[in-house]
Amino acid sequence: MRKKDYSDKVFEVILKLSAAISLSIVILLVLVLIKHSFLSIKTFKLRFFINTVWDPVFEKFGALPFIYGTLLTSFLALVISVPISISIALFLSEFAERKLKEFLSVVITLLAAIPSVIYGLWGIFVLAPIMRNYVGPILQKFFGFLPFFQGNIYGLDYLSASVVLSIMITPTISSISKELFDAVPKNLKEAALALGATKYEMIKISVLKTTKVGIIAAILLGLGRAIGETMAVTMIIGNIPNISLSLFSSGATLASVIANEFAEATEDLYLSSLYYIGLVLFLVTLILNIISKFLIKHLSKTK
Amino acid sequence: MNRKLKDKIFRFIIYISVCVVVFVFLFITIYVVYKGFSSINLDFFIRLPKPVGEKGGGMVNAIVGSFMIVCLAALFSVPLSILTGIYLSEYKNEKFANVVRSALEILSGVPSIIIGIFVYGLVVVPMKRFSLLAGSIALSIIMLPLIAKTTEEMLNMIPLSIKEAGLALGLKKWKVVFYILLNTAKPGVLTGILLSLARVFGETAPLLFTSFGNRFWHRSILEPAAALPLQIFVYAIAPYDDWNRQAWAGAFVLIVLVCILIFLSRRLILKYK
Amino acid sequence: MKKMLIKIITTCLFISTTIFGQRVVLINGAGATFPYPLYSKWFYEYAKIDKTVNFNYQSIGSGGGIRQILAQTVDFGATDAFMTDNQLKQAPGKILHIPMTAGAVVLIYNIPELKGKKALKLTPEIISKIYLGKIKKWNDKLIQLENPDVSLPDKNIVVARRSDGSGTTFIFTEYLCEVSQEWENKVGKGTSVNWPVGLGGKGNEGVAGIVKNTPYSIGYVEISYAMQNNLDYAMVKNKDGYYVKPTIESITAAIEDKAKNMPDDYRISIVNAGGKNSYPITGLTWVLVYQKQQDKVRGEKLVQFLKWAVTDGQNYCKDLLYAPLPKNLRDKILKTIETIEY
Repeated sequence: MRKKDYSDKVFEVILKLSAAISLSIVILLVLVLIKHSFLSIKTFKLRFFINTVWDPVFEKFGALPFIYGTLLTSFLALVISVPISISIALFLSEFAERKLKEFLSVVITLLAAIPSVIYGLWGIFVLAPIMRNYVGPILQKFFGFLPFFQGNIYGLDYLSASVVLSIMITPTISSISKELFDAVPKNLKEAALALGATKYEMIKISVLKTTKVGIIAAILLGLGRAIGETMAVTMIIGNIPNISLSLFSSGATLASVIANEFAEATEDLYLSSLYYIGLVLFLVTLILNIISKFLIKHLSKTK
Repeated sequence: MNRKLKDKIFRFIIYISVCVVVFVFLFITIYVVYKGFSSINLDFFIRLPKPVGEKGGGMVNAIVGSFMIVCLAALFSVPLSILTGIYLSEYKNEKFANVVRSALEILSGVPSIIIGIFVYGLVVVPMKRFSLLAGSIALSIIMLPLIAKTTEEMLNMIPLSIKEAGLALGLKKWKVVFYILLNTAKPGVLTGILLSLARVFGETAPLLFTSFGNRFWHRSILEPAAALPLQIFVYAIAPYDDWNRQAWAGAFVLIVLVCILIFLSRRLILKYK
Repeated sequence: MKKMLIKIITTCLFISTTIFGQRVVLINGAGATFPYPLYSKWFYEYAKIDKTVNFNYQSIGSGGGIRQILAQTVDFGATDAFMTDNQLKQAPGKILHIPMTAGAVVLIYNIPELKGKKALKLTPEIISKIYLGKIKKWNDKLIQLENPDVSLPDKNIVVARRSDGSGTTFIFTEYLCEVSQEWENKVGKGTSVNWPVGLGGKGNEGVAGIVKNTPYSIGYVEISYAMQNNLDYAMVKNKDGYYVKPTIESITAAIEDKAKNMPDDYRISIVNAGGKNSYPITGLTWVLVYQKQQDKVRGEKLVQFLKWAVTDGQNYCKDLLYAPLPKNLRDKILKTIETIEY
């Protein structure tokens, strides 16, 4: 009589168990965030998002300064990074020959691999002095009439943080864009050229137009990365919860306030408010990722 | 003429962008390497930190600490993620698989500081101690979706015929997966593991509230441990010149280690191709 | 294969550290950055005296010290802001405040034109107005009035303060509350306040770093940080109208003035002390321990260290510009340490 062999069944159970454990980690994450932020949610409800005061002494907490800081630095980082990332991606896809291509790929991989804390270190000792002594004064001289370039220039401010963020998200946006550009069918490009288009026109028509949706997805992923970035921002942004139009002003982001104040929040409401901010951060990055993945799926469906 | 001009401007913008990126890259890496290399001395690798404000001392406990935290994190995450990845590949059409896949996608987008406060609430507070263990748990959570996704993708890339051949020969399903499929996907999976190791080796935020830091040796995994990126952070924001110098040295060592890991993973990709 | 190798190596490492581990006890503490230079010297020296114990102290700010001792994730906390009755109620057991030393909070400044010259003179009014954002330039009338023999530059004052929960902040804001009604109403005192102005630095180190690297800035730090970084610091006019430089003597004078009313649990503020020699912005710093220690071995080692710190340890204070505790206070503290059970 053949003994019953359960090894395949056991295997299946082990696999399903592992997957279940992975899933439960994610569920646990959400539960822990909600549980610890509950006190703050109950106290402030949705006013949390419009309160501008962050006062641990009088126990008044509002997330608006951090939302402002996060949005400002992330969008500014995008403004700086997107044109450059797309240009690099186009260069790699349409212009470069092999050796240069390999060199640039290595450059981009390494830029992506540099840990955040090292960007922060470089930011404090190299970028901040440059911004304070050279770039800032020049900007103020020519654009000082705009409210964005007024005020004292300390070097540890929104502008410096945005510059570092833009360097950090460039590899993300450019590598995804490059893959999108590579995937454009050759005959589409050749057709445009055959009709007498300049390279610029060919790229505009055949490449950029068709990959538009994908590029947006890539940008959203870069935005998600910028929003969640902690160490480099904490080290360069000045850590003041305020809201100011001036780019030379210091600020704080959702991630940086957690890094700065978490270990020391003495009162329960204080700690709970920081968890609340963590929950907000989690939800924002979640939504961005969902939209981005949805766009990518939509892109492959329309093919 | 207008069209040609537009084309010329366009090319100009592209070349400028490339130059900017290369320049920034060289600026950062050369500066870190130069500053870091000139800040390094033998003490850095063999001595413990000295009291605040005194010159000298090193980061030996941070370097070893980082290795141990990452190795333990790999011990936790590698088996779990590979098994999860296999599940996602073998049972890809099941509803449960789709749920798990979505959950892992969500996890991969979570900022690492959130994972830090999660593990603080889940592990540090109930255990009533900061520990190397908690740090490893945090890092392993970061590694989990990365390795699982790589495993799934690598397995999906294997032609169905290989799997069917194995089954046709009478092998049990689990043997087919382990001895044939996984072996074929091995270079890709190892690459994924190496890349995620390179990523978590440099992570600071999740360690802030878990492994916490230690100016001496940790004596077991249940004690706080120093880690290289954490030490760099503390030393970078301090006003002591000697600490700043050590931060650069630490940055240099960290970048070298990360580059080695990436270099190894690239070699593997080439072997695979 | 590689995986196997990694797993083998890691298991060896862990085994070795756990074997290694049996001989030395590690005691973890966290909290104030204010006394950190002194504590780190103490722990370094004490590790040589008692080779069977290491003290791992992370300076994350007084707020952190209080939070982590309440959560019992550390063996001792350290703070320059004594715990409130409310906070003590939250603790699962009785927490003792053990005074370790006292230090001065100094106003550091970075004015290139004044480098190496006589110390700047500041009154309580000037300091509170700068931190309220009311005095914006270095050559403001009020500052110039107190310093007639120097030419102050026409530059904006860059204000630095703490971004984390800090006992140093507590001492400083306590002082500002006493000398400025407006500050007391608008901002109040605490380990973390809603600052009207200022760049945030993490820890005393962070604030010192900002001032060191930013011209025309001002900040408040524990005096040790000013000394170790060669930063200029100001003379402050005290309650009785005397300009006093922060020195060991002036800190000790402040302690002695206020110690006349020392409570049994040592929770007392010593800011704004009177007398000819008292520096007005001073504070005691305490170690927080549970009276009932959970672990016998760690409890014993901790008590031994505390006794050493309050006696022999006090000899290290002067070099780092902390004031040694007066002798009769030490005796009282020793008696309190004796009540710790383990």
